[in-house]
Amino acid sequence: MGPAESVHLRFFVRRLAMLLVSLLVASFVIFAAIYLAPGNPIAALSGGRSLPPDSLHVLEARYHLDQPFIVQYWYWLSNAFHGNLGISITLRENVSDLIASRISTTAGLVLYSSILIIVIGVGLGILSGFKRGLLDTSTLVITAISASLPAFVAAIVLILVFAVQLQWFPSLGNGVGFIDQVRHLTLPAFALAVSSLAIVARVTRAAIREEARREHVQTAVSRGIPTAELIRRHVLRNAAIPITTISGITVASLIAVAAVVEVVFGLAGLGAYLVQSAQSKDLAVVQGISLLLVTTFVVMNVLVDVLYAVLDPRVSLGSRAQ
Amino acid sequence: MNRAEPAAGAPLLELEGVTVRLPVEGSMQAVLQDVSFAIRPGEALGLVGESGSGKSMTARAIDRLLPPGAAVTGRVRFGGRDVMTLSGADLKRFRGEVAMIFQDPRAHTNPVRRIGDFMTEALRTNARVPMDEAARRAVDLLASVGIEDGDRRLRQYPHELSGGLLQRVMIATALLTRPRLLLADEPTTALDVTTQAEVLAILDNLRSELSLAMLFITHNLELAAAICDRTVVMYAGQVVEVRESNRLHDQPLHPYTAALAAARPSIDATAHRLTAIPGRPLSAFEAPAEACAFTARCPYAADVCRERRPALVELDGGLTRCARARELFGRLEVELHA
Repeated sequence: MGPAESVHLRFFVRRLAMLLVSLLVASFVIFAAIYLAPGNPIAALSGGRSLPPDSLHVLEARYHLDQPFIVQYWYWLSNAFHGNLGISITLRENVSDLIASRISTTAGLVLYSSILIIVIGVGLGILSGFKRGLLDTSTLVITAISASLPAFVAAIVLILVFAVQLQWFPSLGNGVGFIDQVRHLTLPAFALAVSSLAIVARVTRAAIREEARREHVQTAVSRGIPTAELIRRHVLRNAAIPITTISGITVASLIAVAAVVEVVFGLAGLGAYLVQSAQSKDLAVVQGISLLLVTTFVVMNVLVDVLYAVLDPRVSLGSRAQ
Repeated sequence: MNRAEPAAGAPLLELEGVTVRLPVEGSMQAVLQDVSFAIRPGEALGLVGESGSGKSMTARAIDRLLPPGAAVTGRVRFGGRDVMTLSGADLKRFRGEVAMIFQDPRAHTNPVRRIGDFMTEALRTNARVPMDEAARRAVDLLASVGIEDGDRRLRQYPHELSGGLLQRVMIATALLTRPRLLLADEPTTALDVTTQAEVLAILDNLRSELSLAMLFITHNLELAAAICDRTVVMYAGQVVEVRESNRLHDQPLHPYTAALAAARPSIDATAHRLTAIPGRPLSAFEAPAEACAFTARCPYAADVCRERRPALVELDGGLTRCARARELFGRLEVELHA
């Protein structure tokens, strides 16, 4: 057996290579899908009026529309690599700048949701994992219902109860200043978190039950390890492996669902902008946002993989044996 | 309780009429029935029986590792104190004085913690021994179980060690808290044959060196005889025989022990078929309340065996739970070996 460090290094190098390959494939799929999508960007630009052939040629040359598909892809990819995602056809602005001005809303929403999922979901899972009884039963029932609740339904229910009836939280817009922004993001964050939170709670509960039953926990009991240490060192520590996996995957998937929630709550985020740009055939923006979302998703998954290897010493050896 | 306890000092561990019931599909089923025996300080006691006879359950009852919902009656005394009522600091001290070695070392070590952490955990958390001192003692003990590169081993994870090596680590770990009693639950069953012999030799040597008492659980009668001073034979959750190990094989008191001995293949003779005990072993909760549990498989079963459950009776320096023990004494081994 080689030194542990080289095994780890190989693991990380392999994950990094896989990350780059997934990104390349994703970028190609995004570009190809939009290339094949019905609708003509020039027509969108001209508002449906027919343009004189000269102007048409100028526009086609500016957006490289006269080039073959693969050349267009290459232009787009190499520019994207340098942070240049092209120019919005409708707004005549740099796509990177347009994204930058909206990214904080989406990032805030996803972060807020993630915190809710991890704190409430994992917390509830741990409590009901250790304690049988009323709390456990009610957690099971509530999570069974909320796990099957799509974000847009949750959003409507939350708006009805907390914005219309109780008037605790606003239901529209971004807000101004930090406190007001957090208030405006609260209902969207809960709407986004609800079903993932339930799934994380259930997986956490199952993981705790599973780990508490392990034989090595018996060993620790037979050695008189105090209960608090037993739970921390042998149950929680080992359950952290599946909990990290499910939390990571769920949080990564929030990025996609955020679009729906942003539209429902009228938030000026990336997701809502993506939907709007797709409707107005603003191809550069659609491509740019899609690429960003996919990249974030893939990077988050790699982070979860790495964390998984850090938490479970058997993982790196497993990958070596493949 | 009628027991043949040689007069050499007070027993270290004493079981008196221990009955354990577990919830099975809604009703409480007995897994141990009226189990009584004692271990003197420094004595090795074998506990032999087929799978499901209650050997492991007995060890778990002693170490208070029974599953939740288990109901225990009878008494377990360790060093004169009632084990079942221990709590707090007393329970912690008991856990330090009674160490358990499990059958499957891999399942019984936490896969995400290093060997060093596993070995020194009890010392650090219960005895407040500093880390480096605990590690030094662990390395010393690893050397005494034949692991020379202890420093390196402490930094490894369980999955990086072979089963035999891990079981030696287990033994060293069990000895770290300087216990007075070792509960060894089939410590070599999961290992391959050559490793078994090594691990047994190590266990046996250390035990006599440290004059440690041991309850050695096995399904192998010869192994028990080789390692232990006395052997308890269990069947269907009951003790059926207690005997000096060296006489167990040659002069069994209970037909079940005799059948177990006969089932072992002989090295001297070639057999076309191995002898097996007819029928199947009974679980404790299947054992009839008003008859001897072995009746259905016993070649000597008579009407008297079906009338009531026989009591443990003293015979020839041992104990046996057989209604016809006196009548059959001296005949069991002759007939089986014929």
